[in-house]
Amino acid sequence: MSSLQLEIVTPEARIFTGSAQMVIAPGVEGGLGILPDHMPLMTEILPGEVIVTTEDDELSFAVGGGFLEVLPDRVSILTDMAIVEGEIDEKAAEEAVARAEQEMRDKVLSGEELATVQASLLRSLAQLRVKRRSHR
Amino acid sequence: MANTRDIRRRIKSVKNTAQITKAMQMVAASKMRKAQQAAMSGHPYSLVLNRVLVSLRDMVSADFHPLLEIRPVKKTLVLLVTSDKGLCGALNTNVLREAMLLDKEKTLFVASGKKGASFLARTGRNMIADFALPDNPTFLQTKSISKFCLEKFLSGDVDRVEVLYPKFVNTLVQKPLLVTLLPITDDKAAGVSQSVSEQVASEATVTTGAQFLFEPGADEVLNSVLPYYFHFEVFQMILDARASEQSARMVAMKSATDNAKSLVKDLTLEYNKARQASITTELLEITTAQMALA
Repeated sequence: MSSLQLEIVTPEARIFTGSAQMVIAPGVEGGLGILPDHMPLMTEILPGEVIVTTEDDELSFAVGGGFLEVLPDRVSILTDMAIVEGEIDEKAAEEAVARAEQEMRDKVLSGEELATVQASLLRSLAQLRVKRRSHR
Repeated sequence: MANTRDIRRRIKSVKNTAQITKAMQMVAASKMRKAQQAAMSGHPYSLVLNRVLVSLRDMVSADFHPLLEIRPVKKTLVLLVTSDKGLCGALNTNVLREAMLLDKEKTLFVASGKKGASFLARTGRNMIADFALPDNPTFLQTKSISKFCLEKFLSGDVDRVEVLYPKFVNTLVQKPLLVTLLPITDDKAAGVSQSVSEQVASEATVTTGAQFLFEPGADEVLNSVLPYYFHFEVFQMILDARASEQSARMVAMKSATDNAKSLVKDLTLEYNKARQASITTELLEITTAQMALA
C-alpha cells in the first residue's frame, strides 16, 4: 500500500516527520481527509485536531492555525502550534483559556492585540478538545 | 627604567579591564547559545515554507497577486538590521559598509537597531522609520516592522523591499547579506539558503503540469500565505542578526580578554625586572658603603 510523507513544522521545531497512511486536518472549509495520491492542494487550516494514521498507530495532534500543502506523495502542515496528544497539559490549557477569556472581558483590546488573544484562546481550546475527546 | 609603583598601578588597571571583558564574554556566550537556538529552530519551518512557496510560484503567474508583481524599480526600501550596542567587533561596520554602497537617492531606509539608525542619520540617508526591538524579539514585535515595509510596497511608495543584515554563518563568521524579499520571485523564495533552491527546483518539476487546487480559493490562500511568508522571513532574519550579534560580541570580548592577559604578563615581567634592578642597586650601595668603612 502506498503511503505519504507527512511533515508537521512550527516556527519552534519540526514536530513530526514520517510516513502516514492518512491525514485528517481541519481545513477552513471543513475537515479534510487526505489519502496518498491526493490532488495537489493548498489550503489554510484552523486551530483544531490533526489525526495521523500511520502503519501501526494513530496519532492525534492539537494544532494552531496555519497552512496545509498536499502533493501526491507528500503532505506539509505549517502551523504556529502543534502538540501531540500525550503532551498536552490539560490544566495549563484550561488556565490559558480562562486567562484569555478574562482579558477579552476586562480590557478593550484593539486590532492586533485582540487577534493575538483570540488566536491563543483558539489554540488552547483546540488542545482541550483533543485531550478530552481521547478520554471518552 | 619605569617606576615599580607605576607599573603596579598599570597591571591593576589592565586586570580590572580583563575582568570586565571576561564577564561580558560570559554573558554574551550564554545569550549567544539562546540566540543561536532561536535562529536555528526556525529553519525547518522556513524550509518547508519556502518549498511550498516555490511550488506555488510555479502554479501562478506574476500578475496573480500584488506581492508577486515585478515592477520597474524606482525606489527601494532597505531594512537595515544592526545591533543596539557596540563592542561586538566589526559586525556593524561590515554591515554599514554594505549600506554605504547603496544608492543614496533611490533608497529609503528602515532601521532596526541604534547603530544603524545613528549611521543613517550621520550620513544623511533617507530614513523613514526606526524600530526598537528587545534582545529576544517575538514574532509579533518584528511583525510591526514587516507590516510597515509591506504597506510601503503595496501602496507603491517603493518597488522593492530588501533586507540588509549580518547573516549568521557560524560563531566566528558573520556575513553581511542583502536579500530581496519583495516582490517574491522564484529564486528569492529560497533566499534563506541557496542549496535549498536547487533541491526545490528539482522537486518542483515533479509537480508541474498538475493543477493546484486552492481552498477556499487561490486569492484567499495567496492573500494569507504571501504576507505571512514575508513576516516570517523578516522575523527569521532578525533572529539571525541577533545570533550574529551575540556571537560577534563573544568573540570580540574573548580576544579582548586574551589581549589583556598577555599585556598583564608583559607588564609583570617588566615589573619584576625593575624590582630586581632596584634590589641590585641597593645591594651594590650597601656593599660599597661597607667596603668604604672597612
